[in-house]
This record gives sequence, structure tokens and C-alpha cells, in this order.
Amino acid sequence: MTALLTIIVLVFILIAIWQMVKIFDLAQAKNENTTAGVATDKDNTMNGYLMMGFLAFIYIITIVCFVKYGDLPLMSNSASEHGQTIDSLMVITMIVIFFVQTVTQFLLHYFAFKYKGEKGKKALFFADNNKLEAIWTIIPVIVLAGLIIYGLNAWITIMGVDESEDPLIVELYAQQFNWKARYGGADNTLGKANVRLIDIDRANILGLDESDLSAQDDVITTELHLPVGRPVLFKMRSQDVLHSAYMPHFRAQMNCVPGMITQFGFTPTVTTADMRETPQMQEKITRINKIRVEKSEKLLAKGEEALERYEFDYLLLCNKICGKSHYNMQMKIVVETQEEYDAWVKEQKEFKNSLIN
Amino acid sequence: MSAHADTHATDDDHGHHHKETFVTKYIFSQDHKMIAKQYLVTGTIMGVIGVLMSMMMRMQIAWPEEPNVLFEALLGKWAPDGVMDADIYLALVTIHGTIMVFFVLTAGLSGTFSNLLIPLQIGARDMASGFLNMVSYWLFFLSSVIMVISLFVEAGPAAAGWTIYPPLSALPMAQGGSGMGMTLWLVSMAIFIASSLLGSLNYIVTVINLRTKGMSMTRLPLTIWAFFVTAIIGVISFPVLLSAALLLIMDRSFGTSFFLSDIFIQGEVLHYQGGSPVLFEHLFWFLGHPEVYIVILPAMGLVSEILASNSRKPVFGYRAMIASILAIAFLSTIVWGHHMFISGMNPFLGSVFTFTTLLIAIPSAVKAFNWITTLWKGNLQMNPAMLFSIGFVSTFITGGLTGIILGDSALDINVHDTYFVVAHFHLVMGISALYGMFAGIYHWYPKMFGRMLNKNLGYIHFWVTAVCAYGVFFPMHFIGMAGLPRRYYTNSNFPLFDDLANVNVIITMFALIGGVVQIVYLYNFFISIFYGKKAVQNPWKSTTLEWTAPVEHMHGNWPGAIPHVYRWPYDYSKPGYDVDFVPQNIPLKDGEEELQH
Repeated sequence: MTALLTIIVLVFILIAIWQMVKIFDLAQAKNENTTAGVATDKDNTMNGYLMMGFLAFIYIITIVCFVKYGDLPLMSNSASEHGQTIDSLMVITMIVIFFVQTVTQFLLHYFAFKYKGEKGKKALFFADNNKLEAIWTIIPVIVLAGLIIYGLNAWITIMGVDESEDPLIVELYAQQFNWKARYGGADNTLGKANVRLIDIDRANILGLDESDLSAQDDVITTELHLPVGRPVLFKMRSQDVLHSAYMPHFRAQMNCVPGMITQFGFTPTVTTADMRETPQMQEKITRINKIRVEKSEKLLAKGEEALERYEFDYLLLCNKICGKSHYNMQMKIVVETQEEYDAWVKEQKEFKNSLIN
Repeated sequence: MSAHADTHATDDDHGHHHKETFVTKYIFSQDHKMIAKQYLVTGTIMGVIGVLMSMMMRMQIAWPEEPNVLFEALLGKWAPDGVMDADIYLALVTIHGTIMVFFVLTAGLSGTFSNLLIPLQIGARDMASGFLNMVSYWLFFLSSVIMVISLFVEAGPAAAGWTIYPPLSALPMAQGGSGMGMTLWLVSMAIFIASSLLGSLNYIVTVINLRTKGMSMTRLPLTIWAFFVTAIIGVISFPVLLSAALLLIMDRSFGTSFFLSDIFIQGEVLHYQGGSPVLFEHLFWFLGHPEVYIVILPAMGLVSEILASNSRKPVFGYRAMIASILAIAFLSTIVWGHHMFISGMNPFLGSVFTFTTLLIAIPSAVKAFNWITTLWKGNLQMNPAMLFSIGFVSTFITGGLTGIILGDSALDINVHDTYFVVAHFHLVMGISALYGMFAGIYHWYPKMFGRMLNKNLGYIHFWVTAVCAYGVFFPMHFIGMAGLPRRYYTNSNFPLFDDLANVNVIITMFALIGGVVQIVYLYNFFISIFYGKKAVQNPWKSTTLEWTAPVEHMHGNWPGAIPHVYRWPYDYSKPGYDVDFVPQNIPLKDGEEELQH
């Protein structure tokens, strides 16, 4: 019924528009002697002004977005060492982009307004100017050269793995639709594994090689705990389809590919507890909880359960389409002090003790 | 200017009359003008389906898991009680992408305008092979039909994203849509590629061989340059997608392991060994990236032509425009890896692709500056086509600039596969190419149908669309930079993203208004075919050859001899003439110099 009503309303709106346009057409046809369907001076003037209006609209939407949503982007609160490099490169690139955007949009729309057509006016025959073209070829070349050099330096540093720093080795294991983490145990070495060795009945869920000595003390968990300040090298595996391990707060992401091991390393710099205390995060938590309280009121009125209070946690999300529950494939990340981490590790079961015989 | 194209087109009257039946005229037509219209109408129908899907997706994102009458009406069993199912959401994502990229912006755009304009603007009686041209359209039609049929299969249509990365797309047990739905998707695309290749070969041969006397390569309108180069990129890259699709079919149906290895799914180990999904990604993007230029180059060509004609000025830097088309085309084939920075490929390769990718910004910047300079000191005729062309330049700049972020591998790490990417490519190739297509339709409608579109409806169409396009995609950058992944059925499992929900509602509002206003355009388009005002021969006072052909379509395009060409296509407001345009078929006056362009 609602659908039918909507359709009827739409049809009426269309008829109204058509009628209005017809009236407009007739009024115009009377006044001016022009070719049908071709813009008149009046159209040029009106659309010229609208172009300036549209320029204002672009500027306004830019400003509104920055004022209202400016604190949403992850650009200043990175929780990893290399994250700061990415953030500053991002800021520099953004400044360049916004400068170019502001200037070119102004020129485009202003010219469209300034040179709107008039009968009898003749345009300037200006077909070529090598100097001008050279200028706007060379300037982008210089700016881009700077960005490329900066960007590539950052990329090489981020992707290069420095084994000499003795990174903590952690495996991120993806499957439809959850994550597991595997630690190397006391020897910080991951035991050999292959999905062909998976034995659900014996709880060998990641396919570890039981005969491999370094696999014996491996620890498999459903939460990712990281000691602050220590480099971590993640080894990614997937057992079924492509997944992507996305840790936005650490500016880290790498695909998990069945049949191969991918890797990504970073050093977490802020513990979960410290991150929760930053003013920016406090603000975000308050904002989110306000929204959740409002939602809860509506839910309660409907007789449903209220939403839990939100507390910030780092997250690992799946960011490569992987099937039905892709939207809910996540794992909590806890960054903590070395002592807290050691205590947590002690509580975990080693692989050899978790097997069912 | 001595290089005259050798012309095979005979100068004498070509109007020998075959008896034309309804079938040969409207259905199995070999006339390029009719085929162009067939492409346009088919593309429009597919476009309506694609846009409807995006509307449903936007409503789901804004009001997740809420009952919706539209879902109930359109999705049937996939929306029990009007609540959208998670599987069908992914299917909508997939089919929306496929339809818009291939069926609307490749076939609908290139197919329509290459067919319409190549023979008319170069001065040819028809395409080099009318028969192949007809076959090309009907293969496209067949692939469209199969794609639409795939929407109705039991287990659901393909749902692995338009990039159909295996193993998700290869294993029916991974996802409902990877069964029959994916098979039909692959079959449809294989046929589509065949259609596209036939079309492209025809365009290339026609441009090279059938130019009229005097139409040298440096007197070609930029539209033709764009179509010509687009066809070349298509011929180079589409076969690679075909091979990827064939290998995927082998993996799916014949147990080979090109893309699969070490898989444990639903409690069992599969036999696949030694393949790699990364190989598929390489093959896919070897087409996938040039594909976005296959989409945008024809739009650039149309816009260059329309900006010049409506500014009453020569397009600025004609030679630089051709050079930048060629540069973009060349670079487009060596940048595909920027879609794969975090796919697990060697980081060094990532560096190389960052370098080549950012290079593309240079010819793109040259084009943007040249368009803006074309407007400078012009006498701008604000026809709807002109508005869409200016809109094109605007969204191309806005969307293109964020490419500098995404093309930079270090920055890509954190925004890869987020809504930032969605915002970027929708502006730079989705909206821009659509604007180019609309501009082309408003401009050449009189050539296609002999009638004018209503300009006031055109103004309403443009301004509402323009506001909505920015309203949708500008804020979207921000939720992407906040880390919101794309292709999530709902974000309600992440309280972290709760404060993005209201932005999503605003975006959806703009999207719905922008979607509904397209009805104004469709109405204008279809009503004007019958009731539009009669067009004059050269309504926009353009210089190119198509406007020297009579309004009424005829087989062979010109009643008498094919016009000869004596000058470049942009003699607008040339000093020494009273009128502000000199068509290409007017000989130079005594002592007049053809501009050394």
C-alpha cells in the first residue's frame, strides 16, 4: 500500500514538473526568438549564477564536513610507531590536495560564471600556449616527485622487517568468520602448520604439526594481546578464502591468503588503558555512549534489551569481502605493559596441553 | 597538413535503397546509428537496475535490519518481512558494481558514442564491418540478459564483489552466490568480452581506414581520439580478463588449481594445491585498472568536444590533449598493482606501482588545466550538455585528487578497502563518467532522434544530481578515513562506528534524492523521442562533420558525396569570420592559415 502511494505521489510530482516546465517553455518562446531547446542568454545568466552558487556549495560542504566530522578521521592518534609517519604524510598530502582543490574549483566555476554567453559576444580564439602548458606540466611533476620520494621512503621503512630487533612473532589466523592468534611460546618460534593437518576431533584447529618441537609450546588465543613498545611481526594465514587483517588504530593492514603466509610488522606505542584516557578518545567514547543511550531508550520502549555501554578497545577487523558474516569478523586487541602481558600469557594453555588424545 | 588519409569511402551517392523491413531496421540493424541507439537503450535499462540496487544498499546501510517495503517488494524471499538478508546485500554490491562498470559505463557509454560518432565525425558511410557491429551489439544484449537472469537463481546471484576474487568466488560452499550465480556471471562476462572485442576492433579499423579526404589524424575531433585509444586499451586488456575467467571456470568445474591452494572449509580439506589467489588478482587488475580508463577516456573525449563547442572557443592545447590521452593509455596498463599493495605481493613491486601510479596524475592534471583554460574568455552557452561537462571537470578533479592518497602505498595501508576508496572511485570514474555520458546524450540527442531534449528538465536534472553527488560522496571520505570498511552489511556490531551512523543517514538521503531525480531524465529521454521539439540540422552550431548530415537518418549518412575536410575541428570564433564557427568541410580562404596545432 505504502509502495503504491509512493508511486502515485511520484507520478504527481512528475506531472507537476512537466506542467511547470511547459509553462516556462511557453513563456520563454513568446519572449525570444531562438532555436528550440538551445540555451538563451537568460539561461546562460541563470546557470552562470548557479555555478557560483555551486562553488559556494562545494566550499560549504567542505567546511561543514571538516567542522562536524573533522575528528572522525584517523590522522592524529596512531597507536604505533610507523603510524606517525603515515599520519604526517597524510596531513601533508591533504594540504596539497586541498590547496589544488580550492584553486581549481574556483577557477572552473568562476570562469563558468564570468564568461557566460551573451548574444553577439565573440570568444577569444586562444588555441595554444606552450609556455602555459609547460608550467602546468612541470609543477605537478615537482610536487609529485616530492610526494613519491616521501611516500616510498615511508613504505620501505614500514614494510621492511628488522629481525635484529627480536620482534614478537604472532600468527593471525583467519577463517570464515573469526580470527585466532598464535604465539610462539617461550622460544618465540611458530611451529610448522598446514591446513591439511587440521584435526577438529583432537582440537588441532590450526593444523599445527604435532611432531614439530617448536609447535609444542605455541599458544592459540581468541584475543590478541601485545606488550607495549616491543616490535611485533605478524604472520598471516587463512584457511578458506581471502581475508584482510585490518588494525586501523595501528595503521596496519595485510591480506590473509590461503596457500601462503603474508606478513606485517609494527610496534605498538600506546596501551589500551592509556588510549582510553586521551582527551580525544574520551570525547569519542562520550559521543558514542550518548548515541547508544538514545538508541537504548527506543529499544526499551519496544520491550527489547538496552545496549551495553561502550568502552574503547583496539580492534582487528576483516576488510576483504569473505562471505555472509564478513561484517562481523573481529577480534579484540589489548595492548598492555610487559608485566600484564606476561601474566596473561601464563594463563594460556600451550598447544601440547590443549590437544584431546 | 599534407598527410591525407587514404579513403575507401566512395564519393558518389551511396543511397541505393534496400528494402528495409521492421526487423532489419530496428532489430537486426547493421546501421551504426541504430546500433548506437540500441546500446544506449540497453545500457539505460541496465543502469536503472544498477541504480536501484545502490538505493537499496544505501537504505540498508542507513537503517540496518529495519523492515523496508521496497526490499519486500523487490527482493522477495531475500527480504523476509522486509528485512534484507546479509547474503543478498553482498550480491547487490557485486551486481551493482558489475552492471555499472561494464554494462552501463563501458557498453552503454563507449558502445553508444563510438558507434554513433566514429562514422559521422570521420566522414564514413558506416562502420568498417556493419555485420560485426551488429553481432557485437547482440552479444552484449545476450550477456545483459544472462546477467539479469543470474539475479533469479535459487542460491542467489554472484556475491563475491565485482572483483570476484577466488577462493570466495570459486567455492560454492564458501557462499551461496558462488554456485549457479557465479557460473552465470562468468558466462555473461565471457560473452560481454567477446562483444567488447568485436566492437573495439571495428572502431580501430574504421578510424584507421575510413576517414574522409582531408581528415588526417591531426584533424580528428578529440572524441574520436578518445574512442580510438579506448578501443586499443580494450583490445590489449580485455583478453586477459577472459583468460582469468576461463581459468576460474576450470578451477570451479574441472578441479584445476590455478588460483587455489591449501583450503580447509566446512570441516574438510580440499584437494587444491599450488595455485595462488594473488595470480588472479594480477590478471583481474591487468584488465581492471585499464578498465577505469576505458570508462573515463570516452567521457573525456565527449567533454572536450562539448566544452569547446559550447565555449565557442577552440579546445585549449589540442596536441597536449592527444598526448595526454596517449600517456594515460600507456600508463594505465602498468599501474594495476596499486590495487594490490597489501595483497601479499612483494613490497618492492608495491614501490614500482606507486611510482607509475602517481605519474598518471601528470597527464590528468594537464587535461584538467586545459579544460579550465578552454572556458577562459569564452562565450559560454549553458546548455545542459555544457553543465554536465563542467560538472565532469569538477568531480574529476575532486575524485582524482584523492587518488594521490590511494596511489601512495604507504597511505593506502590504512584506507585500503574503506569507504574512502568507495568515495574516490565513485567520484572520479562513476559520477564523472556518468556526467560525460549525460553530456553526450544531451548534446547528440538531436543527432540520434532528430528531436531536442527539454532543456529546462535538463537543468533540473543537472543541478539536483550535482548537489546530490557531492552530498553523497564528499562526507563519505570522512567515514572512510575513520576506518569504516566497505561491503559491511551493517556496522551495528561495531560500537566503535556508532558515531558514523548519522553521517550514513545523511549520505543515504542525498543518494535517494539523487536517484529519484533520474526519473526526470528518463521521462525527458523517452517522451522527447516522440514529443520533443524538432531539431534543426546544427542546433549547437558545431564544426564537426556529423552536423553536416541531414536530421533524418539515412543509410550511408550523407545523401550526396561525403564532405571533404579542410581544417581542424575547433575553428570556433576564428578571427576573419563573421560567424563564430567554421565547419571542418569549409575550405580555407585565400591566405588563411590553418592553425599550426
